[in-house]
Amino acid sequence: MDEPLKRTPLYAAHVAAGARMIPFGGWEMPVQYSGIMEEHRAVRTRAGLFDVSHMGEVDLVGPGAGPLVQRLVTNDVGRVALNQAQYTPMCTPEGGVIDDLLVYHVGRDHFMLVVNAANTVEDLAWIREHAAGDVRITDRTAEIALLALQGPRAQEVLARLTAAPLEAIRYYWFLDGVEVAGRRALVSRTGYTGEDGFELYVNATHAAHVWNAVLEAGRDAGILPAGLGARDTLRLEAGILLHGNDMDKTITPLEVGLGWTVKLGKGEFIGAAALARQKSLGLSRRLVGFTLRERVIARHGFPIQENGRVVGSVTSGSFGPTVENSIGLGFVPPTDAEPGRRIAIEIRGRAVEGTVTKLPFYKRPTGGA
Amino acid sequence: MYPKELRYSKEHEWAKVEGTRVRVGITKFAADRLSDVVYVELPKVGSEVAFMQTFGVVESVKAVSDLYSPVSGKVVEINQALVEKPEVINTDPYGEAWMIVVEPRDPGELKRLLDADAYMALIGERQS
Repeated sequence: MDEPLKRTPLYAAHVAAGARMIPFGGWEMPVQYSGIMEEHRAVRTRAGLFDVSHMGEVDLVGPGAGPLVQRLVTNDVGRVALNQAQYTPMCTPEGGVIDDLLVYHVGRDHFMLVVNAANTVEDLAWIREHAAGDVRITDRTAEIALLALQGPRAQEVLARLTAAPLEAIRYYWFLDGVEVAGRRALVSRTGYTGEDGFELYVNATHAAHVWNAVLEAGRDAGILPAGLGARDTLRLEAGILLHGNDMDKTITPLEVGLGWTVKLGKGEFIGAAALARQKSLGLSRRLVGFTLRERVIARHGFPIQENGRVVGSVTSGSFGPTVENSIGLGFVPPTDAEPGRRIAIEIRGRAVEGTVTKLPFYKRPTGGA
Repeated sequence: MYPKELRYSKEHEWAKVEGTRVRVGITKFAADRLSDVVYVELPKVGSEVAFMQTFGVVESVKAVSDLYSPVSGKVVEINQALVEKPEVINTDPYGEAWMIVVEPRDPGELKRLLDADAYMALIGERQS
């Protein structure tokens, strides 16, 4: 932990914009600019722009790339078409989640893995350790900047900067080699906020240019730069997990509701046997969403009680600015996992009443432009 | 940003003498550092608070902070409206966002607090 904090190519832009910088996953990142609530609302109602260049990008190239990814992750990469992305956990032999990541099928024999900042080093080592056959593994984190443009007006804003057919990019698909503000980008329809939006992978040297161009193009749409604070409240409302908080190597994808990403029928992969066993034996705990009766915040590690007995603990908690409620995620026994179940969170010695709530807490209105 | 007539604690509370009573809140600096406040927990009217001991809690999306009483004595008023609308801590920390009123046991304690200049030196700000 004594390593100096890394900075993204947008560091100077953040400081100039008045961002408050904090250490996060080994990086010095903006937690907020104008305020978490305001940035959160901008993303829900208009558009927000995030610098997520701290995320790691790992390129796997060669005939062995596809088979390697297939062995490393629980989801079925065989189902991912060219120009399509897939969300998947990467597990230990015991089924614990080393990381959750996005697999981009960039080209024939070419996959790009997008991993969490705090896990990049460990992921790389794990990937290299399991590499076999003809595959070249490259850490491209330093050369790739990643901007996330999110919100109902994201497409309209981005359309001002590119001739690419954005409307043709479906959810979890992407276009590579697209020009955005005159710079080459990979544009994917992905994100971490529960809103429509795009993630723009650009060369680090072009990051500031593209960042400024997007903010400028979105000005009359009311775009705001948004920090990690809003990113966390947005993802929590959308019921999206955060590795390191809601799951880690001691927790399996089945326990956190990611069973849909575990394709036991796809053939051998790391963790398959353990996950198959857990599936047949049944789970001893499940991650659930909960809502509290008060605005007090249930933080990571706080005990969850049922009838005065501790049954689990909180993994994530915050105030949800859109749902206007104190919300969170945590583990409970499967018998307590039904939505509507009464629980309590022990907050500084006081049992605060709450209810198990169906995820997501927030779902964006569908249809219409 | 840091009114001259107030006294300040090193834990970022302000104290305002109003006759024989002392009104208490948190400073603009503390409010800014917390960012969007979503929750505040205040003591009951009639309870005792002690000099630089916790009397409540304030929470933002990001962090939770204890509130320290800048004076010992009995709580004679609490700002119930603040419990319903804690976000005014961010917008009006010295006005609407007052927290408690204390009947001090030892008004001499107030001398141990900082004046505006000393407080600003503490937080590294200059009066603009």
